[in-house]
Amino acid sequence: MLRYALSRLISLGASLLVASGVVFFALEIVPGDPASYMLGMNASPETVAALRAELGLDTGALARYLGWVGGMLTGDFGISYTYRVPVAEMIVDRMQVSLPLAFYALFLSTAIAFPVGIWAASRRGSLADSGVMGVTQLGVAVPNFWFAMLLVLVFAINLRWFSAGGFPGWDKGFWGGMKALTLPAVALALPQASILARVMRSALLDTLGEDFIRTARAKGLTRGQALRRHALRNALIPVLTIIGLQFSFLLAGAIIIENVFFLPGLGRLVFQAISQRDLIVVESVLMLLVFAVVAVTFAVDLAYAAVDPRLRRRG
Amino acid sequence: MSLLEITGLDVSIHGTPVLRGVSMAVGPGEILGVIGESGSGKSMTALSVLRLLPEGAEMRGRIRLGGVDLTAQSEEAMCDLRGRTVGMIFQEPMTALNPLQCIGDQVAETVRIHHAAGRAEAMATAAATLERVGLTNDRFPLSRYPHELSGGQRQRVVIAMAIALRPKVLIADEPTTALDVTTQAQILHLLKRLVAEDGMGLMMITHDLAVVTGMADRLAIMKDGEVVETGGTAEVMQNLRHPYTRALFEASGHQPDRMAGDSGIPLLEVRNLTRRYPAGRRGMLGARRGFTAVSDVSFTLHHGESLGLVGESGCGKSTLSRAILGLEAVQGGRVWIDGGEVQAGEAMPASLRAKMQVVFQDPYGSFNPRHRVSRLVAEPFHLVRPVPTAREQRVAVARALEDVGLQGTDAHRYIHEFSGGQRQRIAIARALIIRPRLIILDEAVSALDVSIRAKILDLLADLSARYALSYLFISHDLSVVRAICDRVMVMKAGEIVEQGRADDVFENPQHEYTRALIAASPVLESAA
Repeated sequence: MLRYALSRLISLGASLLVASGVVFFALEIVPGDPASYMLGMNASPETVAALRAELGLDTGALARYLGWVGGMLTGDFGISYTYRVPVAEMIVDRMQVSLPLAFYALFLSTAIAFPVGIWAASRRGSLADSGVMGVTQLGVAVPNFWFAMLLVLVFAINLRWFSAGGFPGWDKGFWGGMKALTLPAVALALPQASILARVMRSALLDTLGEDFIRTARAKGLTRGQALRRHALRNALIPVLTIIGLQFSFLLAGAIIIENVFFLPGLGRLVFQAISQRDLIVVESVLMLLVFAVVAVTFAVDLAYAAVDPRLRRRG
Repeated sequence: MSLLEITGLDVSIHGTPVLRGVSMAVGPGEILGVIGESGSGKSMTALSVLRLLPEGAEMRGRIRLGGVDLTAQSEEAMCDLRGRTVGMIFQEPMTALNPLQCIGDQVAETVRIHHAAGRAEAMATAAATLERVGLTNDRFPLSRYPHELSGGQRQRVVIAMAIALRPKVLIADEPTTALDVTTQAQILHLLKRLVAEDGMGLMMITHDLAVVTGMADRLAIMKDGEVVETGGTAEVMQNLRHPYTRALFEASGHQPDRMAGDSGIPLLEVRNLTRRYPAGRRGMLGARRGFTAVSDVSFTLHHGESLGLVGESGCGKSTLSRAILGLEAVQGGRVWIDGGEVQAGEAMPASLRAKMQVVFQDPYGSFNPRHRVSRLVAEPFHLVRPVPTAREQRVAVARALEDVGLQGTDAHRYIHEFSGGQRQRIAIARALIIRPRLIILDEAVSALDVSIRAKILDLLADLSARYALSYLFISHDLSVVRAICDRVMVMKAGEIVEQGRADDVFENPQHEYTRALIAASPVLESAA
């Protein structure tokens, strides 16, 4: 198990290194000079050159890459070109919104998907099953921002239970923050829960057709017992895979939802930074997201091994 | 007084009758052999007793177990009976166990589900039961997982689960079909011992007459959902009263007529062939470990000869055949076929490859289900230069299909429209179409019912005479090898331990392993 974890860790480090190279050099070849963008159209070439020197853009790409990677390893993400504040501070600020939002949405999605998927699988072919399949099909198809606007219309504008957007900050109290994140989390969770419930259902149905379920029934287990004791854990592997992918998506892919609800999250930060050519912020946020995705993959790998004894010895 | 008594059992699935008026009985301490080919309804009879029939099944008739009519029980009462009063063992030990649960928990579950026993108590029973089935706790602790056990060991765990509560009746559905002969012999011995110790009634379902005649007190022969004959084993085997029983008996000992074709002229020479798998590196940090699947194998196969290759699963038979076909990279040795030679490290040229074709065990799995038979059978033409015209190919396909006893018009159909035996005929047609010198038959008749197997063996004998074909016949079934092969090789752990004329090897085995294999093979006593 330890060896398995260690070898997964090494490949995690390697992925990060490759990703940092791709992120950095891809942004190198993208047109648009931060210095001239910051100074506007009328700046003289001399002023631009001076600013480039000040930002350290006049040195070679490789040197800057090494400096950037070295800085990140020591926790120094550099200074934002646009706002002149440390990037690390900006990211920490935004993470306080994005991370709880992602966890909140993931929690909702799993809390809905597991019981619904299990319920549908145990009543295969029934009206309930068809109903679940129909509703989740709709859930997958509906765009989350449209659903978000619907939520705002109903719960914020008509019922006035929630505010339509914005984030008060955690220092105004935990529940206030959670309340502000509720509608966005629901909007994010709906399509995710639909996908997850469908995966859960089909994984369970596959497992229920396995020989060992028949063996369990021959021992005297009822259908429900066989499902809970034997099928569920075996169905967990594909479900874990999807949960891992969903968390990464929730963290990085919430840009539109953050915009609908005016949430100061990572998605909006990177969106603004791109339009302002604040490359150092873009690079750092991208790296952070890559790190999050890789870390989640690592966690999912460990979860696989916890579920499946066959993986513990390999690896 | 019978323990389990099935009377006039009718079962239909979605309106299609699968069992008609089935009656049979098992007494305490008695072994009833239920024999039939696939689709005869033997498994359906077993599942009816447990009331675990597939969805859409309807059941009429009576199944009495110790005076209780099972057909009238509620599902709740059946759950209570299953595992406690009736135990069941299935065919596939590899998939019959939950891969994520250790064997102790799985055996203990039978106890815990029926008694309000605590975990410790249930585990103690599990340990004792595993000891009873021959898995001693020092070598096989309760914490083992199924993937750490061999097929035979897993089957012992399945048996332990079924007998943990000492049920009155045990149903075993093809319990040894997926196992090697030596393992099969051990499992059959174990079942007999358990029946004697516990006084259970055992309903032993199998397609293999030889397996069951050695141990059953009584037989029930099934065909097309009906019991065609029942009676004491000796009586049934003596009289072979019903024509189907007689046909079954004859088919399982079938000896195809073949002309001794061995010309003495070498067709295939294999010298010092070695296949090592470098794999087995345990993770990125682990050390590399090698595994030698075929070790320094040499033999010669003559024109017109049928050479048998026997051995248990994992001995390297299939790897050897794949190496000969050029499908495995070999680390040493050479293969010489009909004038051309391939050294280790060289790719096999198409001209040589065209001299050999292969037929595998699972005909369905070896065909692309989306292609028509015409395209499937014509596949080997890519080895031939110049490639025949479409018209020539059509003619050749029709001819090959007729050669194997099908019709030229079958070329337009899809593979799912054929039965198992017909699919194997199509596989032979595909092998035959470019007129190879050698056909490798890798367990080619192992999945077939005895009556179909007999017909395919006849077909092979006929084709070898007509087209001067040689066969390399790979099988774990010694009786089939003996029936069709001139010479036989015995393989163990990657090495050929014995080879010689089939009769000599079987009558007078020299190697200890050959003797063990022969002793373990069930023999059908010829009674009539």
